[in-house]
Amino acid sequence: MDWAAMALSLRLALMVSVVLLLIGIPIAYWLTFSAWRGKFLVEAAVALPLVLPPTVLGFYVLVALGSRSPIGRTWEAWTGHGLAFTFEALVIASILYSLPFAVQPMASAFAQVDRGLLEASALLGAGPLRTFWRVILPLARDGVLTGLILAFAHTLGEFGVVLMVGGNLPGITRTVSIAIYDDVQSLNLTAAHLTALALLLFSFVTLSVVYAISRKPWAVAPWR
Amino acid sequence: MALTLTARFRKRLADFTVDVDVSAAPGVTIVFGESGAGKSTLLRCVAGVSRPDDGRIAIGDHVVFDAASRIDVAPARRRVGFVFQQLALFPHMSAADNIAYGLARVPKADQRARVDAVARTFRIAHVLDRRPADISGGERQRVGLARSLVGDPEILLLDEPLSALDHTTQSRIIGDLLRWNEARGIPVLYVTHSQREVFALGRRVLLLEAGRIVADGTPQEVMNAPAHERHAELVGYENVLDGVIATLRPEAGVMAVSLAGGAAQLETPLVDGRVGDAVLVAIRAGDILLAAHRPSGLSARNVVSATIKSLRRTGAFVAVFASCGAVLEAHVTQSACQELGLREGGEVWLVIKTHSCRAIVPV
Repeated sequence: MDWAAMALSLRLALMVSVVLLLIGIPIAYWLTFSAWRGKFLVEAAVALPLVLPPTVLGFYVLVALGSRSPIGRTWEAWTGHGLAFTFEALVIASILYSLPFAVQPMASAFAQVDRGLLEASALLGAGPLRTFWRVILPLARDGVLTGLILAFAHTLGEFGVVLMVGGNLPGITRTVSIAIYDDVQSLNLTAAHLTALALLLFSFVTLSVVYAISRKPWAVAPWR
Repeated sequence: MALTLTARFRKRLADFTVDVDVSAAPGVTIVFGESGAGKSTLLRCVAGVSRPDDGRIAIGDHVVFDAASRIDVAPARRRVGFVFQQLALFPHMSAADNIAYGLARVPKADQRARVDAVARTFRIAHVLDRRPADISGGERQRVGLARSLVGDPEILLLDEPLSALDHTTQSRIIGDLLRWNEARGIPVLYVTHSQREVFALGRRVLLLEAGRIVADGTPQEVMNAPAHERHAELVGYENVLDGVIATLRPEAGVMAVSLAGGAAQLETPLVDGRVGDAVLVAIRAGDILLAAHRPSGLSARNVVSATIKSLRRTGAFVAVFASCGAVLEAHVTQSACQELGLREGGEVWLVIKTHSCRAIVPV
């Protein structure tokens, strides 16, 4: 088994989960409570990775991060090297790719919090922030946790986007799913078996944990 | 210092418009009306969780809403205590944390003292550590009241807070609430559709119907003098029957009314009308006596044979629905129901005094 690839995948999934915790919650909150009429556009954009081929997403991320794009150029100016085919590029691409998996369970958990409780909170003098920390977040905790675990597991197993954006550089961008692909290509089936089995078990355990926490079906389809 | 609430506003709802002009002095003002009359909307607009289309709402000099000058103070800044029908207690917090929730700006040490004080007033000191799911319905209601009162609101809005409780628990909580307000003297708007609560609580009742205040006075004035059919139904005449005047006896001050459905005639007090005119006869369910056999030697003028259609147990009493052509609802106690052997399909005699029948000329 390719331990370097496994470690890399875990590191990637962990970073992506942390970032998605930080940006997923505000996005989910906004999607749940905003009264803006154009909200459906943002909902659709967030859900895009669910239906888009990973290669398409990967391709556009690659273009956006490449040395001819503003982002790529700025990054090069700061760090002295390009962004494409780096671990950082993988993180950015994975965040986009796993966004709906984090945001949708969070948003649906926020939406399930009784509006009467939110009104009660406001009537007791609490502003939106206090209401969020003291009422919404504790009551939606399972949904937030589910979102994080799904994002983590999804990042761990992604293939197409990683290949497009990161390539296959051992220790830098070679994730566990690419390692399996490599092993199969080079007929190293025992190694492929081991890694695949480890990933399978890990995914099963992860999903069991999710279902045990929430005891509610989560929908990959949009939540309304 | 006690302030007066003045609210004059309009808010369009799906099927009617709430259009009210209310001023509530310190003390309890009851808002009475059937469900869907706009009672909750009235409270929600005062609290700021719904926004009126037009008008002005002030608590004392503090204008909290004014459409003309675009004032709309957030609910959090209105100093309004609000108890919801569904209570909306935070399920993940202890009773103490629920009560202390509105005291965010009060130092921690004082918070505890104030929670303890209000818990004593409402007799919930023993449940403070428990969560809402682990205490009784009456205790939950008390926690809801305590939570909205601990912050010393300038006005208290109660949206059918006791409707889910039995009568004894209701009375006790009402007593505690009135005692609490003796010291504070803030305006309390109390929404209910229960007559019992009206008489137990209020010196003043507003009768709300389809978004408008159609009567305003003491409970006795508003509840005992229905002006037309809708009111009679509203204020607890469970029976409102169609009929026509059969005979007039002006010398005795009474008349006979033939009920629709043919079978029965009732003697009622005289109203301004002629033989053949349509009238409505309103009778409270509690004013009808039931007899297992035909009674004799009674002063009551109306003794009507009927068949029991159904029995419904509701808390302390049994609602008996009996048909004599028209279906009448009568309330008897559980034990009376047993002793009389009342059952569906059984025969029963309805005994109604002339002056328990209120004849109304429909408008």
